[in-house]
Amino acid sequence: MPSIAKPAVLHPSAQRNELGLTLRDYEGSMSTLCAGCGHDSVTAAIVRALWELSVEPHKLAKMSGIGCSSKTPAYFVTGAHGFNSAHGRMPPIATGANAANRELLYIGVSGDGDSLSIGLGHLCHAIRRNVRMVYIIENNGVYGLTKGQFSASADVGTKSKKGEANRMAPIDPIQLGLSLGATFLARGFSGDKEQLVPILKAAVAHRGFAIIDVVSPCVTFNDHTGSTKSYLYTRQHRIRATETDYVPPATEILTEISPRGETAVTLHDGSVVRFSAVPADYNPSDRLAVAKFLQENAADGRIVTGLLYVDEATPNIHEMNNTPAKALTSVPWSKLCPGAEMLNALQEEFR
Amino acid sequence: MEYRVSPRINDFAVKLANVNGTGSASANGLIMQAIFRMGIPVSGKNLFPSNIQGLPTWYEIRVNGDGHVSRALDYDLMVAMNAQTYDRDLKEVRSGGYVLYDSSWPLDDHLLREDIHLIGVPLARMCIESFAEPRERTLMKNIAYAGAMVALLEIDMAIVEALIKESFSRKPALLASNTRALRLGYDYAKEHFACPLPFRLSPMNANADKILIDGNTAIALGCLYAGVTVAAWYPITPATSVMDGFKNLCEKYRKDPETGENNYIILQAEDELAAIGMVIGAMWNGARAFTSTAGPGISLMNELLGLAYYAEIPVVVVDVQRVGPSTGMPTRTQQSDLLECAYASHGDTKHILLLPGNPAECFDFAVKSFDLADRFQTPVFIVSDLDIGMNDWVVPKLDWDDSYRPDRGRVLTHDEIEALPQFHRFLGENGTQIAPRTLPGVHPKGAYFTRGSGHNKFGLYTEIPDEYQEVMDRLLLKHRAAASAVPPALIEERRNAEFGVITVGGCDAAVREAVENLAANGIFADFMRIRAFPFGREVEQFIADHEFCFVVEQNRDSQLKSMLILETAAPKEKLQSVLVYGGFPLSARTVVDEITRQLTRVPQPVSIRKGK
Ligand SMILES: Cc1ncc(C[n+]2csc(CCOP(=O)(O)OP(=O)(O)O)c2C)c(N)n1
Ligand code: SF4
Ligand SMILES: [Mg+2]
Repeated sequence: MPSIAKPAVLHPSAQRNELGLTLRDYEGSMSTLCAGCGHDSVTAAIVRALWELSVEPHKLAKMSGIGCSSKTPAYFVTGAHGFNSAHGRMPPIATGANAANRELLYIGVSGDGDSLSIGLGHLCHAIRRNVRMVYIIENNGVYGLTKGQFSASADVGTKSKKGEANRMAPIDPIQLGLSLGATFLARGFSGDKEQLVPILKAAVAHRGFAIIDVVSPCVTFNDHTGSTKSYLYTRQHRIRATETDYVPPATEILTEISPRGETAVTLHDGSVVRFSAVPADYNPSDRLAVAKFLQENAADGRIVTGLLYVDEATPNIHEMNNTPAKALTSVPWSKLCPGAEMLNALQEEFR
Repeated sequence: MEYRVSPRINDFAVKLANVNGTGSASANGLIMQAIFRMGIPVSGKNLFPSNIQGLPTWYEIRVNGDGHVSRALDYDLMVAMNAQTYDRDLKEVRSGGYVLYDSSWPLDDHLLREDIHLIGVPLARMCIESFAEPRERTLMKNIAYAGAMVALLEIDMAIVEALIKESFSRKPALLASNTRALRLGYDYAKEHFACPLPFRLSPMNANADKILIDGNTAIALGCLYAGVTVAAWYPITPATSVMDGFKNLCEKYRKDPETGENNYIILQAEDELAAIGMVIGAMWNGARAFTSTAGPGISLMNELLGLAYYAEIPVVVVDVQRVGPSTGMPTRTQQSDLLECAYASHGDTKHILLLPGNPAECFDFAVKSFDLADRFQTPVFIVSDLDIGMNDWVVPKLDWDDSYRPDRGRVLTHDEIEALPQFHRFLGENGTQIAPRTLPGVHPKGAYFTRGSGHNKFGLYTEIPDEYQEVMDRLLLKHRAAASAVPPALIEERRNAEFGVITVGGCDAAVREAVENLAANGIFADFMRIRAFPFGREVEQFIADHEFCFVVEQNRDSQLKSMLILETAAPKEKLQSVLVYGGFPLSARTVVDEITRQLTRVPQPVSIRKGK
C-alpha cells in the first residue's frame, strides 16, 4: 500500500462486495514501511483477496510475529482483530487461538527471519498439526527490521549490501513443508498481484495449514546487484510454474480450459482450485514429484512460483482431536463442569 | 545392654529402600493406602531418582495419631530391599529400631549394629519357590515384604486384601499371585517373629471425610471444574502428571454424551515457548486454558509471559517446582521458582502467584487461578512443588459448589460493544484499573490490535514517555489490587509468642509441627503461611507485630524473604532465614534444630533491640 494519505471521501463508483463493503473497508492504517517495500504489495493483495471473498472483517484474526513483515497486519482490515505477538512465536499463538475458536479465519503474516530462524521449530509443528490458517512468509532474504543481516532463506552466494557473500545453504519453506507433510504450499512474488490473489483465496478455503512463501524484496537492505532476492533478480529468474483460478463454491466453471494440461482440486468447502496451466505431467497432489520439480528448478537457478501442492485429504487440528464443529469457546458450562455430585462420586477413587 | 524403642501406637516412621523399576511402588502405596483406610493420619513420601530402572529409590511412611505427618527423620523400621544401599540405610535406623531385609542372602558383618534388631525374611527364596516367571518372582517379593509388614505393624489384613482385590478385579491370575505373596510374607513373619513390633497401628476414625490424593491430580481436577477447554504442555518432571491427570479426566468427563466429540483439546507442544503461546492464543480468544511445567519450562516461557502481562491476556501457568538451576535434580523438591515466577520476563513485570500448601488447596487454587486471571487479565501462576504434586497426601474431601460460575472478568458482550461510541482496549474502568476487553469475532466495533509493543491507553502504538508510563502505572495498580482478591495468609497465633515463623507451600506441615514442638520446649512462636503474591495487608501486619520472624523456605537464596523485603515495609533485619534446599521434603526436626540454633547462637537482631 502506498504511504500516502487517502482521500477522506470515497469515490462514489467504489465497487461493493457481497457484504456491501468496498475495497477501502479492507484496508488498514497507513503503512510505515519503506516506500517500495515488497511487503506493502503483499498487503494490497491480501486486501483484494479478502474483499473479493467477502470475508466479514470482525471474523478475521490477523496474527503475526515481529519484523517489518509482521507489522503489516496493521495495514489491512482495521475491522479485524489483530495480534502482533513476539518474534517467531506466532504459530503457537495462532494454534491456541484456533484451538479455542475454529470459527474465525486466521491469517498469519511472518517474515523469513521470524519463520525460518527464531520460529522455525514452531512453523514445523504448526505444519504437522495442520492448523487451519493462511500462513504468509514475506521472504526478503534478510532481517529488515534489524537492518539487513542475512536470514536463513539467503541463497548461497547472494551478497549483502556490504558485499559479503552468504555461504550457508538456504532453508526453503516449500521444500521443508513438503517433507513435513504440509497440505498447501504456494510461492508468490510481491510484484505479481494477479498471481497472488487467487492463491490467497484458495488458501483461505483450504481445510488446513496453507503456506504462501512470497518473495518480497527489501528495497532498503536487499535490492542491490548481487542479491538473489532483489526485484530484478526475481523477475529475471522467476517462472510462473502453475496458473490457478480460484472458483468459489457453487459457481459454474465457464472459462475455457487451457491446452497446457489442466487439473482441478476441490476444496473442503466445495470451492475449486483450477490449475489452468501446469507443466507437462505436473500433479499438484504428488508430493514426491513436486519436490523433484522444485529441486530441479532450484538447481537451474529458477524461482518457481504458483500454487504448487495441495492435499485436501489430511485432517486438520480439530479433526485430529475430534472437537465439535463449533468453537470450544461456545460449549455451554453445563457440559464443561461435571458438578458437585460427580466430584463426590469420583473421589471414591481416592479412598 | 538391651536396645529398645519405646512402645507406641500410631506413632512411628518406616523407610523402604528399593531399587527403581522393580515394582516396589505399588507395594509401598498399598501399605500407605491400607493405613489410610484404617482411619489413621499417614503420609507417604517418594524419594526417587531421575531414572527409569536400576537406581536406588526410597519411600517413607509416617504414621501419627495427632496428625503430624511431615517427613520424619527417625526411622523405627527400615525395609532394606536394596543391597547397594544397605550401608547407608542401616545407619539411618534409630537406636533400638528394626531392619526388615531379604535373608535369602546373609548380611555382611560390617553392616551389623548391635543397637538394631534384624528381621530376616527369605523373600527371594520364597518367591522363587512359589512363582515360576522371573518377572513375577521380582514383583512378588514386594508384595511379600508388604505381607510381613502387615503382620509386624498390625495392618488390617482384610483391608489389604480388599485393596488387592480392587486393583486386580479384572485380572484373576494377578489377584491370585498377589494374594499368595502377601500371605507368604505374613505367615513367615508371624511364625518367626514376635508380632506386632513395639510400635504398631491401631484403627482410628480420623479419615472419614478425607481423601488420599496428590497435588497434580488435584490441580487437574480443578482445571476440569474451572471449565478449561484448551491445555498445552511439554513433558517435564514433576509436572507431567498434571496433564496426564487432566487428560484422563477429560476422557471421562468431557466426551460429549450426545455427539461423542471432545469438548476439550490438549496440545503437546514442541517446547514450553509454544505451550505458553498456545495458552495465550486460546485465552485471547476467550477460552480457559492452562499449561503445566517446572522451572526449566518457566525459564523458556519468560518472553511470552511478558507479552501476556503487557498485552493483558489472562494466562494460567502451573509450576510444579523441582530442584535447582539448569537440569538440577528433576525428581527432588524445592521452592526455588518463587522469584522467577513473581517477576517472570524482562522489563517491568509482576505476576499473581497462588502458593498451595497441600493438594486440597491445589484444587481450590486451580479454580481460583482462572477467576483471577480472567478478572485481572494477567498471568497467574499456581506454584506447587514436587512434594505436594507427586506424593499422596491425606486431605479433606474436595468440595464443589454447584452455584459456581466462572468469573470471566470484564469481557464486553455484543450488546455492550454495540452501545459504545468507540471501544478503546486499555482504558481502566471507573477506577478499577481493569480495562474491559473484547473477544475476537463478537462485534465489528470490538476489534482492536493486540500488541506487545509500546501502546497507549487507547491501544495505539506509542513511543511517547507519558503515554507509555500511564499504561504501565495502571498495570502496577492492577497488580496491587489483586492483593485483596487472592487467598490470604494463614495465621496461627499462640499465647506468649515471642517471634513469628513464616513459611510457604509444602513446608506447611513440617513448620506447624516444628512450632508445636518448640512450644513444648517453652519457645513460643506465631505461625504464618503465605498463600499468594501480591501479599495481602495481613502479611505486612504479621511482620510488624513481631519483634522478628524466621522465614522457612526451600531454596538457597531466601527467595520468599527477598520478596517480603521488596514488597512490604518490613525491615530487612527483622527477617531471619531457615533454608533447606537439598531436595527432600522438609522435616519438623530440621526446622526445630535450625531455629533453636539461631536463637541460641545469634543474639536477637541487634538493630531491632536498638530500635526499641
Ligand atoms: C527475541 C527477539 N530477538 C530479536 C529480536 C530482534 N528482531 C526484530 S525483527 C527481527 C528480524 C526480522 O526479520 P524477518 O522476520 O525476516 O522480517 P523482515 O523485517 O525482514 O520483514 C529481529 C531479529 C526480537 N524482536 N526478539
Ligand atoms: S527495511 Fe526492508 S523489509 Fe523493512 S520496511 Fe524497509 S524495505 Fe521493507
Ligand atoms: Mg525478512
